[in-house]
Amino acid sequence: MSDQAHNGLLGKQLKVINVGLDGFSKELADRDVPVVQVQWSPPAGGDPKLAELLSKLGL
Amino acid sequence: MTTIRETIDEANAEALRRMLAADPVLVDVIPAGEAMPALGDRTILHAGPPIDWDRMCGPMRGAVAGIAVFEGWAPDLKIAATMAAEGMFDFQPNHHFDAVGPMTGMTTMSQPVMVVENRTFGNRAFCAINEGLGKVMRFGGNDEEVRARLRWLRDVLGPSLGQALRLGGGIELKNIIARGLTMGDEMHQRNVGCSGLFLRSIAAPLARTGTDHLDLAEILGFVAGNDQFFLNVAMVMGKAIMDPVRDIDGSTIVTAMSRNGTDFGIRVSGTGDRWFTAPVEMPAGLYFPGFTEEDANPDMGDSTIVETIGLGGFAMAAAPAVAGFVGAGAASEAANYTKAMGEITLSENPEWTIPGLDYAGVPTGIDIRLVVETGIAPTINTGIAHKEPGIGQVGAGVVKAPMDCFKQAVFAFAQEMGVSA
Repeated sequence: MSDQAHNGLLGKQLKVINVGLDGFSKELADRDVPVVQVQWSPPAGGDPKLAELLSKLGL
Repeated sequence: MTTIRETIDEANAEALRRMLAADPVLVDVIPAGEAMPALGDRTILHAGPPIDWDRMCGPMRGAVAGIAVFEGWAPDLKIAATMAAEGMFDFQPNHHFDAVGPMTGMTTMSQPVMVVENRTFGNRAFCAINEGLGKVMRFGGNDEEVRARLRWLRDVLGPSLGQALRLGGGIELKNIIARGLTMGDEMHQRNVGCSGLFLRSIAAPLARTGTDHLDLAEILGFVAGNDQFFLNVAMVMGKAIMDPVRDIDGSTIVTAMSRNGTDFGIRVSGTGDRWFTAPVEMPAGLYFPGFTEEDANPDMGDSTIVETIGLGGFAMAAAPAVAGFVGAGAASEAANYTKAMGEITLSENPEWTIPGLDYAGVPTGIDIRLVVETGIAPTINTGIAHKEPGIGQVGAGVVKAPMDCFKQAVFAFAQEMGVSA
């Protein structure tokens, strides 16, 4: 991101979509920043063996 | 050549077909020993996966002692507990006898059990009659007041109810559930609508049984005074629906979820009757005045069979009032619980719909693969028992099924299918 774009972003009211860890969205919400939280976690809790197994089982 | 995915898809389609084609009818109330001939003297059926006395929680031990005195196997609670510790009772899960029981889930030979017949598949399932709220045996209550109520259920209510059901030709249950969902019930922690509908269905046949009019008044008052009377009916219906779904090769659908107060167990269609267990979790909930989380026993009961068929926590959107009762948050958040359960189920039930979700069907067919992949555990609405024997219910709450049960099941299922990582 160029400095110009960066400055433009911070100069406006932020509208945030946070994906994953909800601590970030709570921090923003506490500062009255509009934020939409998307609940997401890595497939199979990040366990690669389980994820591979699930893939072979048709997911 | 059929791929593994196609095999699983076909098996799960058959599992769903059987769930949705079920026609459960409450047909009778008879003594447990008659319903389950294999249920012998000094055999005690309990909720959840198999467990011995040494690992039983406080309320389960209290209920065991109480039911042993009720059956006349021990003269008092202390001697009953000693007999249990010395191995004089045979402990078996309800699920191994085509039965279910709420909380401690005590089922013994002389107790009356409700009989639900699944008329599509011809199987029958059994469950004891709901005792009411507060200090009751399902929450570990075991004193004379509790046992006297059990005797009345055995000697007065059970026989009359059985006669009334036979006279009336049984009560078809799917329609009652459909109407209950539109009346704010989720059939686990809220059964106000369904209990009322049940009473409407049974009142006239009960009056025709010739039961003494004072007994009849007491029976009608007992059913009318217990908002949770229908819970046990919903449970035995769930068992009758899910049993024909067992043992479908290649199916990843959960056929039972159950807890004994120590372990949570699940069964999966494609892995037969094997239990996958993990330690039970503590419900997050609200407590009756005078009690706190310090008093609570962890999760317990076969009642999770209602979540297994898409009701209870899965149908929270139908019951915004219960969201507050179980401490699940604002009424407006109830829909989120049902939507989340839609992420781990394969279908919806078109006959059981939720008005508040534009008549979407309840989430149906829990898939172990989806649970593990998404990390979303089944949500369960539950009562909370006191951790000490003999006290009873202290609150109600929401609890999650332990993820480890589902991970174990995925590994076992993969092995069954000849798949390795």
